[in-house]
Amino acid sequence: MALLTREHRSVIGRTLPPVTAEVTRREICKYAAATGQRLQRFIDGDEAPPMFLFGLFTPILPRERLGQDGLPPDSGLVPELPLKRVMAGGSEQSWFRGIYPGDVLVSQHTLLDLFEKEGTRGPLIFVVVENRVETEAGEPVMTERSTWIAR
Amino acid sequence: MELSGIRTGDTLPERTFAPDEVQLFLYNAAIWNPHRIHYDLPYTTGEEGHPAIVIDGPLQGDFLTQLVLEWLGDLGTLTAFTYRNLRASYVGDSLTATGRVTDIDTATGEVALELALVNGEGEVVTPGSARVSVKASLP
Repeated sequence: MALLTREHRSVIGRTLPPVTAEVTRREICKYAAATGQRLQRFIDGDEAPPMFLFGLFTPILPRERLGQDGLPPDSGLVPELPLKRVMAGGSEQSWFRGIYPGDVLVSQHTLLDLFEKEGTRGPLIFVVVENRVETEAGEPVMTERSTWIAR
Repeated sequence: MELSGIRTGDTLPERTFAPDEVQLFLYNAAIWNPHRIHYDLPYTTGEEGHPAIVIDGPLQGDFLTQLVLEWLGDLGTLTAFTYRNLRASYVGDSLTATGRVTDIDTATGEVALELALVNGEGEVVTPGSARVSVKASLP
């Protein structure tokens, strides 16, 4: 049984255009208050909590481009899969540096892998995406591998 | 093994989080996430079949990093973090972050931690792990 065709697998390795975002103290302060941070350096916005990065690059689109569910359109990184029920697998992050106000950071997503396995309740497709975040000068900040599972 | 007072098997001070609608509004505004399952109850139950407003998965990841960073203080820095949203959590749930030191490498100063966010029924909703790099203690 092969659900993934040669065509699916041919797009492994493709990347989305890099996205650049500037870190501001006020945005860090909002994030810190929203998440209940208790360390003073986060509350004051002197440094960003690590998971602040998750929201730094979310697309800002006009209302009419968001769906009925509120979500922006698919980025197009992952091809249309033959299995439709998608679950978040996990996130694995490596950290090289803190995040500070004034940082200008660049994020780039790559489709790292696409493979299938036979699960106990049927076939599963695994999607692995890398998000590489660097400073404008190319200094590594964080690399994340996220996995999604379609069944 | 011991490093700067950290021992294998040490447990991290627990912290309980109980996100409400206001916190979820602030969080999703901060990360610019317009998905309706985080603020629109009739839509969330009627269209997407959840019993209540859904607590964001990455917010649960954030709670685990807070557990680690509050415990670590100025002793070191976070070098690796993993988490997995195993089951959904909803407004009204009380989530307790727990952690344990699983390994210490005295040569490199790396400490490995096992983490979990546990709901009121005792179920692990978000397991995770972290590595921190501990600064060499002064003699």
